[in-house]
Amino acid sequence: MATHDPDAPVIRFVGVSLAFDDKVILDRVSFELLPGRAKVILGGSGVGKSTVLRLVLGLLKPDSGEIHINGERVDQLSEEALMPVRDRLGMVFQEGALFDSLTVRENVGYKLFEGTSMPIPEVDARVMEVLGFVGLDEFVARMPSELSGGQRRRVAIARALTAKPQILLYDEPTTGLDPITALTIDDEIIKLRDLEEVSTLIVTHQLRDAFYIASHMAVREQGALRFVPASPEKMAETEFLMLKDSKVLFEGTLPELRASTDPYVKAFLE
Amino acid sequence: MTFTAGVKKGVLEVQEYFRLLGQIVRGLTSRPIYFRDIIEQFDAIGIGSMTVVLLTGTFTGMVLALQSGVTLDQFGARSMVGRLVSATMVKELGPVLTALMVTGRVGSGIAAELGSMMVTEQISALRALGTDPVRKLVVPRVLAGIVMVPILTVIANGVGMVGAWIITVTQLGVSGGVFWNSVVQGLYIQDVWMGLIKPFFLGFVIVTIGCHVGLRTSGGTQGVGRATTNAVVAGSVTVLAVDFLLTKLILTLLY
Ligand SMILES: Nc1ncnc2c1ncn2[C@@H]1O[C@H](COP(=O)(O)OP(=O)(O)OP(=O)(O)O)[C@@H](O)[C@H]1O
Ligand SMILES: [Mg+2]
Repeated sequence: MATHDPDAPVIRFVGVSLAFDDKVILDRVSFELLPGRAKVILGGSGVGKSTVLRLVLGLLKPDSGEIHINGERVDQLSEEALMPVRDRLGMVFQEGALFDSLTVRENVGYKLFEGTSMPIPEVDARVMEVLGFVGLDEFVARMPSELSGGQRRRVAIARALTAKPQILLYDEPTTGLDPITALTIDDEIIKLRDLEEVSTLIVTHQLRDAFYIASHMAVREQGALRFVPASPEKMAETEFLMLKDSKVLFEGTLPELRASTDPYVKAFLE
Repeated sequence: MTFTAGVKKGVLEVQEYFRLLGQIVRGLTSRPIYFRDIIEQFDAIGIGSMTVVLLTGTFTGMVLALQSGVTLDQFGARSMVGRLVSATMVKELGPVLTALMVTGRVGSGIAAELGSMMVTEQISALRALGTDPVRKLVVPRVLAGIVMVPILTVIANGVGMVGAWIITVTQLGVSGGVFWNSVVQGLYIQDVWMGLIKPFFLGFVIVTIGCHVGLRTSGGTQGVGRATTNAVVAGSVTVLAVDFLLTKLILTLLY
């Protein structure tokens, strides 16, 4: 850990396999995520995209293969030993997974309230800050049941950001949202990737959003934040990974994805 | 499902239950301990079950007095009604009926709550945010169960006796003094012990089964419904079985 090279992959899957009962979900899947980069995982419903994120978090254990986070092998760690690893990860679950017995404030501040000795006013300030990012500061006192689906998703993103994770995992962050709201979430993802150097793993069905994230970058000009078309080098920093039949079918940048001659990839893009 | 598959599933279930018990012991004996959640659960499980326990206890005491009266009349021993009521209530009906009512109310509630947290990935979210769900959710409920179920049982016994007293005086025409004298005569110190040891274990069993079933929920909303039913059925049967075993054990050891 201490000798971890800053340019080495933050997430590395080496030949990871997983089966539920007799059903093979992942078969020797390997990929890497470099620091400050983004990777978009595509694939049909039920192919195992969410499973990949659960494996990263250690919520599931692979049957074989290795998973490394920041150079540390984590697939064999006990639940207790995983806790410090998870401190560097933020996860946005597919349906938000907000704690419905807690208010928005308690949800968003959960990790700081429970896991640190940070004074309450500081936690509250951070809660308001991240709620501001997702444009929901006036909802701080609500219960999750009083929010719309899209608002819940944004609160879930805020919750994942609170403790300033080094790696963010998004499971379908924009699915089921209107295009305008989806775009604000895409911008948020881009901003964190480009300005905060957060390494990002995104699972999505929404090609529109995936392409937008890959082809735009955030720049700060005279203090103002702008989203502009990405330079070719910047575009190369976001890669796509397509899963099919428990294997990696395609891995590459947006131009490579568009140029792919694989019939499944082509069909997927249409 | 074939027979062997069924056996395998059963064995796995028991194995998982004992694994949970191990985690609970670890959660009880090491930090972090979530005090706020513990207080909340004492309130939810203890105070929340009060009404149903008061009603059950009172009616049970009343019906016991009526029935005992009829039986004792055959021997011309109506004045001993207090003795029968107190012995039955404290040793058997108080603990078992309280436990069954708590199973229906609390065991099912726990399974439904944890089950829906499971299917909506809130349990995964807890783990992702660095919290051990056993420490945060299970341990407080277990503590509340083993403390509150004995207290609820004592309360049920108390109101049961009062119910029996009212019926004895108004319906059976036995004086209050005679009734209470007979109540005291009917109770030995061992009975009191039995009446306190049982609900301690029953409370533990009800809550741990509710938690176990809840945390193994899968299959969406339907799964939560199934989990709730299973928690009540498994909980009730286990309460009666454990009650039998404890009775046998305590009779051997204390009497
Ligand atoms: N606990 C489990 N037990 C058995 N099978 C499971 C379990 N969890 C997931 N699966 C199966 O694993 C497969 C992959 O699930 P996963 O949630 O990763 O899919 P996904 O690619 O995220 O799909 P979607 O796009 O619909 O969210 C699915 O076919 C699912 O049925
Ligand atoms: Mg999914």
